[in-house]
Parts: sequence; C-alpha cells; structure tokens
Amino acid sequence: MISLILRTATHFLFTIMLQFSLFLLLRGHNEPGGGFVAGLMAAGGFALYTIAYDVAATRQALRVDPRTLIAVGLAIAAGSGLLSLMKGSPFMTGEWGHLRLPYLERLNIGTPLLFDTGVYLTVIGVTLMIILSLAEE
Amino acid sequence: MSIILTVLSGFIFASAAPFVHRFIKEGIGWIMALLPISLLIYFLTYVPMVAAGEVTIVSYPWIPRLGVTLSFYLDGLSLLFSLLISGIGALVLIYAGSYLKEHPQLGRFNLFILMFMASMLGVVLAGNLLTLFVFWELTSLSSYLLIGFDHERETARSAALQALLVTGGGGLALLAGLVMIGQIGGSFEFSLLLQQGDRLRGDPLYVPIVLLVLLGAFTKSAQVPFHFWLPSAMEAPTPVSAYLHSATMVKAGIYLMARLTPILGGTDTWFYTVSIIGGATMLVTGISALYQNDMKRILAYSTASVLGMLTLLLGLGATATIETAIIYLFAHALYKGALFLVAGAVDHETGRRDIRALGGLRRAMPITAAAAGLAALSMAGIPPLFGYIGKEVLYEAAQKLSGIGSYVTGLLMLASLLLVAVAGMVGLRPFVIGKKGVTHPEAHEAPISLRLGPVVLAGSGLLFGLFPSLAGYWILSPAVAAVLRQPAPLHLSLWHGWNEIVLLSLATTAAGAGLYAARERLLPAAEALKGIARWGPARGYSATLNGMMRLAQAQTRLLQNGRLRIYLMIVATSAVGLAGYTLLHRDGFIGLGIESELRFYEVAIGGVILAAAFLATQTRSRLGAVTALGVVGYGVALIYILYGAPDLAMTQFLIETFMVILFILVFYHLPGLTPFSEWKRRLRDGLLSLAVGTLMFTLAYLASHARFHPPISRFFAETSVPMAHGRNIVNVILVDFRAFDTLGEITVLSVAAFGVYALLKLRLEGKR
Amino acid sequence: MEMLLSLVIGGLYAAGFYLMLRRSLAKLIIGLSLLSNATNLLIFTAGGLTRAEPPLVPRGADRPTGPFADPLPQAMILTAIVIGFGVLAFALVLAYRAYQTTGSEDLDAMKETDR
Repeated sequence: MISLILRTATHFLFTIMLQFSLFLLLRGHNEPGGGFVAGLMAAGGFALYTIAYDVAATRQALRVDPRTLIAVGLAIAAGSGLLSLMKGSPFMTGEWGHLRLPYLERLNIGTPLLFDTGVYLTVIGVTLMIILSLAEE
Repeated sequence: MSIILTVLSGFIFASAAPFVHRFIKEGIGWIMALLPISLLIYFLTYVPMVAAGEVTIVSYPWIPRLGVTLSFYLDGLSLLFSLLISGIGALVLIYAGSYLKEHPQLGRFNLFILMFMASMLGVVLAGNLLTLFVFWELTSLSSYLLIGFDHERETARSAALQALLVTGGGGLALLAGLVMIGQIGGSFEFSLLLQQGDRLRGDPLYVPIVLLVLLGAFTKSAQVPFHFWLPSAMEAPTPVSAYLHSATMVKAGIYLMARLTPILGGTDTWFYTVSIIGGATMLVTGISALYQNDMKRILAYSTASVLGMLTLLLGLGATATIETAIIYLFAHALYKGALFLVAGAVDHETGRRDIRALGGLRRAMPITAAAAGLAALSMAGIPPLFGYIGKEVLYEAAQKLSGIGSYVTGLLMLASLLLVAVAGMVGLRPFVIGKKGVTHPEAHEAPISLRLGPVVLAGSGLLFGLFPSLAGYWILSPAVAAVLRQPAPLHLSLWHGWNEIVLLSLATTAAGAGLYAARERLLPAAEALKGIARWGPARGYSATLNGMMRLAQAQTRLLQNGRLRIYLMIVATSAVGLAGYTLLHRDGFIGLGIESELRFYEVAIGGVILAAAFLATQTRSRLGAVTALGVVGYGVALIYILYGAPDLAMTQFLIETFMVILFILVFYHLPGLTPFSEWKRRLRDGLLSLAVGTLMFTLAYLASHARFHPPISRFFAETSVPMAHGRNIVNVILVDFRAFDTLGEITVLSVAAFGVYALLKLRLEGKR
Repeated sequence: MEMLLSLVIGGLYAAGFYLMLRRSLAKLIIGLSLLSNATNLLIFTAGGLTRAEPPLVPRGADRPTGPFADPLPQAMILTAIVIGFGVLAFALVLAYRAYQTTGSEDLDAMKETDR
C-alpha cells in the first residue's frame, strides 16, 4: 500500500522530527526533554519513514546499523564517566567547561551532556532494532 | 619480592599453564616446576631470619570499610608448610609432566595444581582469619577440580563432589567460627588475636566457636567421622594424591589447629574434643588400612591415621606433644609423599595397583624400589631414618604426660605397629617379597622424572635422619616456637643410648612385622569389619545427599509445575494473605494526610482508564485490546501532565505509540483472543484479581498519605543548579546524580533489544 | 485525588492480574503491560502528588521557588517506562516465536516444551 499523501507528509515530518529530537536532547538539562525522550522522538521519525516507505528504505536513510548505534551510544555513555577518572575524581563525576559566546547567555558544556548523547543514541538504536527486525517478519 | 607475590605468582602461572602446554609438549613438567623451585629458594632465604625468631607481616587494605585486610604472616609454622608446599610441589609437577604425558588435558591439570599450590600457600601465609578462609575454600575448590580431573568417569565425579561437599560444609562451619572469633577478639589479625586468647576462652560463645572451627579442621583433615572422603579422593591422578591428599592439603586442618592453639587451646573442651577425635581417627583408619589391597587406598587410610595421630598430639597440648606433632608432620610428609609417588610409578609401569598382583619389582625397577624401601623404613620407624626420630620423640612425649601417659603410649604403639604393617604392604611387598609366580615382564624402570620425586623425598628422610639437627634447628624449632609462643630449641639426635624408648620402639617394629606376616590369616576377620564399615558415615553421607535430592525434586514438582498461573496464584495469595493480615491487625492508619481536591476532568480521566482496563479483560478482538491498552497508557500520561511531570508525560506518549505499533506488528501474526477457560475458573480468577486490586488500592492509598522520612529530593533540588548546572532536576538526576543507574538501564535496554534480534534473526541462520 | 488515583491503581492491578491468569499468551502480555502502568502510577502516587509544578528551577534562580513535584519518583518512573518497553518488546517477540514453534498460543500446551 503506497500512499502519496503519507509519503509527501513524511518527507517534511521526518526532517522536523529529527530536528525536534536534537532540540529536545540539547535543552533537556534545563527544560523538559533529555536523551530518552529525544531518542524516542528520533526513532519515531524513522518508524514513520518505515510506514511510508519500507524497511530497506529506512535502513538506507539510517545509514548505520542500529546495532552500531547501540554500541556507540553505550560506549559514549560509559566513556563520559571515564573522563573524570583522568582528573582523579571517582567514576562518573560530572566535569564542566564554560563557554561565553557573544549575544548568548553563558553556555555550560559538561560530561552529563555527553552522557545524555550516549543515552540518545542507545535509545534510537534499541527502538529501531526492535521495530525494524519485527517489521521485516 | 614480597610475600604476596609468592601467592599471586602461582595464580598467574596457573592461568598461563594451558597456553604454555599448547606450544610445549616435551618436558612441560620441568618448565612448570620452575615456579615452585624459585619459591622454594625464596622461602629458604627466610630460614635464617625466621630461625632467629623474626616474624614478617605484610598487610594490604582489601575492604577497608569492613576492616578486612589482605594480610600475610610468615613465622616458623608458615615457613615449614611453605617449604613443604613449594618443595613437594616442584617434585610433583615434574612427576606429573611425565605421569600424565599422554593425557590431552595436561595443561588443564597444571592449571589446577598450580592454582592449588598458590591457594595452599595462601592458607599457610595468611595473616588473618578471613584471608585464611578465602584461600582455604580455594584449596577445597582446586581439590574438587583435581579429584574430578578424569571427569568422564562417574566415580571420579562423585568422589570429587563428596570431597567438595564434606570439606565445603566444614568450611561453612569454619567461617561462622572465624567470624565469631573476630567479633569477640576485636580483630581478624593473628598478630592481634594472639593477645586475646584469655578473652576468647572466657567468652560464653567459646564452646560453639571451638566446635565450629574444629568442624572445619576435622573435615579438611579427614578426621572421623568425616574421614571417608579421603579414600574416595584416590580417584584423583596419583600426583594429586601425593601432593594434596597426603603431604599438604589434608594437613591444612592440622595447620589450623596448630595456628589456633595459642588462641583457643588449653581448655578442657579443646583437650577432650581434639584428642578423642584424633585418637579415634588414628585407630579406626589405621585398622581400615590393613584390609585394603589397592596401594593408593592403603596409603590413604594410613594418611588419615597419621592425621589422627597429629590431631591427638595437638589436642593433648603439652609442650612435648606439640613438638612431636610438628616433627612427625615433617617426617610423614617426606615418607608418605615418596610412597604415593612410588605407587604412581608402579601403576604407570605395570598398570596395576593391587598388592596381590604385584611382586618382585626390585629387579625391574631398582631405583624406585630403593626409594620405596627407604620411605617404608622411615614409615616403620627404623633407624637411621627420620621416621625413627619421629617415633622416638612420639613415645618420649607420651611417657612425659602425667596421669594418662601409659594409656596414650599404648594407643600410639598400636597405631605405630599398624604403620609398620602398612609400610610392609606398600613399601616392601611389591618390590621384595611378593607372591611367587607374579612376574612383570612388561615392567621396566620409570623415567627420571618419575624417579626424582620418590628419590629426593626418601633421600631427605635419610639425610635428616643422619643429621637431625639440620631440620631440627633451622626449620622445626621455629615452627614449634610459633605454636608454643616461646622459644623451643629441639635437640634431635639419632641415638640416646639404650633406654626404655628404644625398647618400646623395637617392640613396636617387631609386633608390626608380626602383624604383617599374620595379615593374610587375619583377613577373614576383616570381612566382618567391612560389614560394619558399610554402615559407617559414608552411608550417612549418601543417604543425606539422596534425601536432599528427593526433597528438591518433590519441592520442584509441587511449586514449579510449569503452569505460570499457578505460580502467580501462589504469589498473589501469599501477598494478599500476609499483607492483608498485617493491614487488618494494625492499630488504625498512621498519619493520614489531607486529601487533595478533586477536579471533574480528573474523575473523567480515571473513569476512562478504568473502563479501558476492564474492556481489555473482556474483549475478544485483538485490535480492541490494543486500543484499550493505548487508552490506558495515554490516560496515565495525562495524569503525569496534571501532576507536574512533563518529562514522564512526553516519554509515556512516545512509548505508548511504539507499544501500539509493536502490538499490532506481533498480533498480526497471532490468532484472535479465544477464551480457553469456562466461567467457573474465570469467576475464581476474577475474585482473586479483585483481592489483589483491593490490596494494591489500600497500599497505594496508605502510601500516598504516609510519610515516615522527609524526602531526599530536597538535596537534588538544592544542588541541581549550583553543582550540576541543570535546571531540569529530573534530567539532572538521570544523567548526573544517578547516572550510573541510567548506564545500567540503557545496558539492560540494549540486552533486551539484542534478545529480540536474536529471537528473530538467529533462527533464519539456523535453518540455512 | 489520592483516593481516585488509588482506585485507578487498584483497578489496573486487578485487570492486569486477571489477564495474566489467562491461558492465552497474548492476554498474558496485555496484562503485563497494564501491570507496568499500574506500578508506575503506584510509585508516582506514593511519592506524593503536587499539582502542576514540574521540578524545574526557574531561570536565574539556583533552587526551585515555591512547591514543586518530587523529582526522584519521576526519574525512577522515567527509567521504568523505558525498561518496561524493552521488556514488553522482548516478551512480545518471545510470544510470537513460541506461537510459531508450538503452533498454539495456549500456555497449557507449552507446559512440556522445555522438558
């Protein structure tokens, strides 16, 4: 079943959902959002894509295998905790750097954001791995 | 090099052993022996220091919060054992390299035996009770692995299990005893506990402590009634029997009793328990040795007999008996190790271990025969071997005991003459006497690696017999001093002139020789003894084991019958019954707070959720059930929005959407929701479910009103911005304060995803 | 409101448990899903209810001003929701594979399959 309307709408919605997921991820530390929701949102975009096209097209749009996403995500999450070890602090101590950009308020960048990125990638990978393998049945 | 390395190096070497074996096949034993040889040299460098009375203590923090340290303690007693473990270890490894040459798993064998050596060194070098216990259990474990080395044989497996259960059970008792010692003595360190002897002996828990600790020692050292595992353990390859079940591991119990004598000894409880059990073991197993025919089993029973003798000597607790225990322990390790290795060599060359089928081997195996003869003479206590000195001090110590001296002398004489007979059975008969007509055309002298062990050990017996002060001054005196907690110079010599002791010794030897000669005629009487032995503790062991097996099976049949809903019903009925009973019998509801106001749209949401849930239970349509589930999920999400949880609401909405997709993808393949059960069963389940619901309702209502402690969230709220630079406290908890939990969670999530993947994809590959 | 939410929780538990007692594999999983929602709500309610005040620190402040909903149960539930999804997905696929292999979705028919 190919729906032209769905495909056209997906064309826009897919991009918007991915962008929105990044927005959710980045603002998550200060406003509602965060890696879990953002990851689910991004996976939702791909799920929509799968419904409009098919699994093969989604895999192509995704470019990497969901398994790779899971592995990279876990590695980033665990690795972000390792950074503090180099400073001699216990595993997973938050480390922060502060950027002062023109026209913007002070920007805090720290390992928790990195950790959240790991969560984000893992959640995308997990959700897509489940959905895609089932959809292939 | 520090002491901890002597222990750790064994484990490191052990883990490398299988890989080394993959590349080097020839002369592997000699390579493996490099480690124990270097350890032996290392320990020898300690001899002068320790003989001067110095004690080395090294300590590392292990679990600092619990006050547990990994500490090592080297005094005369530890050193004596360390020398035996590393020295005999080297000989056994060389021996095993040749003995098991054809065995495909020789690498694994070396792994186990090096692991055992390291653990045993850990036991004797441990500086506190907990370190000792850890290594103690490791020796039980490696013993299990070694007895069951030929795991394809059923008898080897059951013997291994028997040894593990008996010594492991004793280990548990020991742990309880050691923890109690630590609690009362205020420390687990030997160095500190040595001052606490009086406090421990005066404590009301003293008797339980002694019994628990002794249970550990008795099981390990094969004392009656736990002795039966040792003969069964002869299923192990002979190098193992020589090393673990004669020279070292079974002496761990003796070591422990000697080590704890200054702390726990000197009371009536200790005296009677230890000496009576020791004496009983000495006689029961000594007599049992007589009617065995398998060389290894004869040696095993006589080992248990000597272990009983050592226990008896430690239990008597006099200065002279403790000296004797240490001296005899040393003598026994030398001659019994040699005899076991000889038995192995004979088995290796002729394929037989039954003494009735062996004879006149001295012509084929002259060197092995000479070593066997020396060891047997030492065992029989004939000068000028070290065993003679052992027997002499034995009688001397017994004579010195006031009051019971003559009884103990009599018992020891009986045990000694049994040893003389056994020495004849394994050390002389297969080589010298033997039955006429038994020939071994196939037998020839064992290779050097199989001869080295017996020759060195039996030769040491001769060397130390001729120069007793060599061992006495440097090694044995410091060991005795460590037990007695005072300098104990030993003056050993081969000849004291004619006195009563020499006459006793001669009489024993003569009587033993007589017993040996009369053995054949006594065997019919032994048949009766065998009948009694069949009702011994070994039978109790197997009855207990079978009983436990049957109990477990019955319990499994009853509780794990494969029907999920029965499990659920059991859980639910117990929960409703127990929690409901508690709820009904409490005195009113504590701290019921104020009910927050109710708004009409909230009632509507609640009503929709409940209605959808009810629909889910009743519908026969798959789509209907999925829709109902979705309604419940979105309804819950609305509640999250209303009560200040936007993060939850967002997540719930998204998850709920995915859930619906998943359900549809899967239900597409499943049949419709047919009701399987008739109305009676549905009614019963409905009532039980209502009970569960009521219980959960009550609990939720009580929990929402009860507050026993102030919430810890204040901490998160106050530190979220200053410390973690985030204004969304929920997210800060997830990625910063409790990030470790989140890491665990996404790991679990990944595992679930890979589980799904494996279930769906691997099947295809299997079909291909 | 606590009373209403407790009723919802109790109702969800009852319905979920009833479904889990069925012999049908699909119903078991539907019940599981209801049970996980019920448990999340239970944690949420037990943590104390605060209306419409998300645990967010206002811009410029360094701690929340005024009352705020307890963030800890929320963090726990957030984790539980996502884990619940993973478990449910696994259970669903397991059920599907079990049905494929045994050709039945009657749990009683699967009693002997692992023997």
